[in-house]
Amino acid sequence: MDALLGEPWTLSPSVALRPEPFGALAYHFGNRKLTFLKRPELVAVVRGLAQAPDVRTALENAGVPASQHAAYAAALRGLAATDMIRPRPVRAAEEVA
Amino acid sequence: MTIAPERPTRRPETGSLVQQFEYGLDAPICLTWELTYACNLECAHCLSSSGRRDPRELSTEQAKAVIDELQRMQVFYVNIGGGEPTIRPDFWELLEYAVDHQVGVKFSTNGVRITPERARFLASPACGGYVDVQISLDGATAEVNDYVRGPGSYDTALRALQNLKDAGFRDAKISVVCTRENIGQLDAFKALADEYGATLRLTRLRPSGRGADVWDELHPLPEQQRELYDWLMEHTADGEQVLTGDSFFHLAAFGESLPGLNLCGAGRVVCLIDPIGDVYACPFAIHENFLAGNLLADGGFQQVWQTSALFQELRSPQTGGACSSCQFFDSCRGGCMAAKFFTGLPLDGPDPECVQGYGEHALAGERTIPAPSQDHSKASPTRNQPVMLQLLTRPPVSACAESPLAGFDTRVTASFLSRAATQPAAAPDASQAQRRSVSFDPDQS
Ligand code: SF4
Ligand code: SF4
Repeated sequence: MDALLGEPWTLSPSVALRPEPFGALAYHFGNRKLTFLKRPELVAVVRGLAQAPDVRTALENAGVPASQHAAYAAALRGLAATDMIRPRPVRAAEEVA
Repeated sequence: MTIAPERPTRRPETGSLVQQFEYGLDAPICLTWELTYACNLECAHCLSSSGRRDPRELSTEQAKAVIDELQRMQVFYVNIGGGEPTIRPDFWELLEYAVDHQVGVKFSTNGVRITPERARFLASPACGGYVDVQISLDGATAEVNDYVRGPGSYDTALRALQNLKDAGFRDAKISVVCTRENIGQLDAFKALADEYGATLRLTRLRPSGRGADVWDELHPLPEQQRELYDWLMEHTADGEQVLTGDSFFHLAAFGESLPGLNLCGAGRVVCLIDPIGDVYACPFAIHENFLAGNLLADGGFQQVWQTSALFQELRSPQTGGACSSCQFFDSCRGGCMAAKFFTGLPLDGPDPECVQGYGEHALAGERTIPAPSQDHSKASPTRNQPVMLQLLTRPPVSACAESPLAGFDTRVTASFLSRAATQPAAAPDASQAQRRSVSFDPDQS
């Protein structure tokens, strides 16, 4: 399984998500990349990243079955490649807890 | 008004991104906004028949209100054109206003106002990398360029590129409309772009605006289309960054698809706001048949985009008509709607430049060229008039020569994702738009 699943991640601060009937459109104001999130579930995952302790929890919160976690991890890696999402630095408090 | 045969309008739950795009988006991805019809030049092929300012042009305040609305709709960037947008006295003010409101700007210019000082401004943090500059050049030599764009226009464009380079502005675009005269110069264009640290952008000549008058003489010959296709295959495949604005999907019928959406985006993901606030389906379709509404009169841009009857009609899958039996229909999709319309061909048939040769056949048949529904060309030519237009202008008919033919018109009597989108739809696909220098941006000439 992709190590990313156990890590805390977040939407990049320079990215805006625009809801669309098929999911959402993500735009990165820094590198000006436009990306399409083709599934509402993926949008929910991406939106929920910052609030979840790790990616796996974000997937569970969005109702993605475990059998699809690997596929979603790959999609998230794709988003990370253009800095749409990025690893979230762990704050001291979180580490203690 | 019915412009196409009846088509289904219910969006499927799943399906490829291209299929989703056919049903339209909540806001456009490729929005062109022509700020003025005024222009210092009189290019022979101007898609918007520009020249004179329209007295109804949006005021500065009205233009800012449009930007506010685009920000609310999350239209992340806009292609600004004209006319020559930089000759609007409030151009720089509007540019800054847009950038400050999270609406990035890519503007097209002939370069006339890109002074060293403006170039420094564009390269400065005030623009924050939110501004793209696209210099129009339609010949790699002055001779070829000035023939269609007018005397001195080549020097103006190169001076602008030099000023941008000197100011440290990175990655300007050189935007070329491909014609019969300049297809042989593709390598020279690429060399010019490299010299100025710019990116080459090639777009298709369409018979829109004054382009209708010169299309017969300027559109690439069949063998040149092949040359262009081969060149594009070579230069877009290895990530060398030649942009095409998704212009050439009709060339896909030569074999392999070019990177891009391969879909007519008009009214679906593409549209035009003209200088007086009229909203058209596409910058190449400035004609009353493709007018969706006016943002001042019809409750704002969002209202027009989301509810106009015309756009509703355009947002359904295309029917192939005479193209349906063609093996290349999936990638070529019958080509460009505007090119068909302005050459008087049926919208659900082959493109006039169909590379399988059906266009020539269709052009030879019976057709009626639609009359332009507006024209902002200068009433009397100036010293900037290109030679090409001078050659096309008829000598004035003297009173005694009046004949039934005196009024006869001697003019031409006349998309991102391809790779990603064709992946199996099963995986949660974060399809990427600009992976390979692909963007939706129907061009301005
Ligand atoms: S340029 Fe042609 S193909 Fe492209 S959006 Fe406009 S009408 Fe459609
Ligand atoms: S027949 Fe139609 S679909 Fe086939 S190549 Fe020509 S324009 Fe394209």
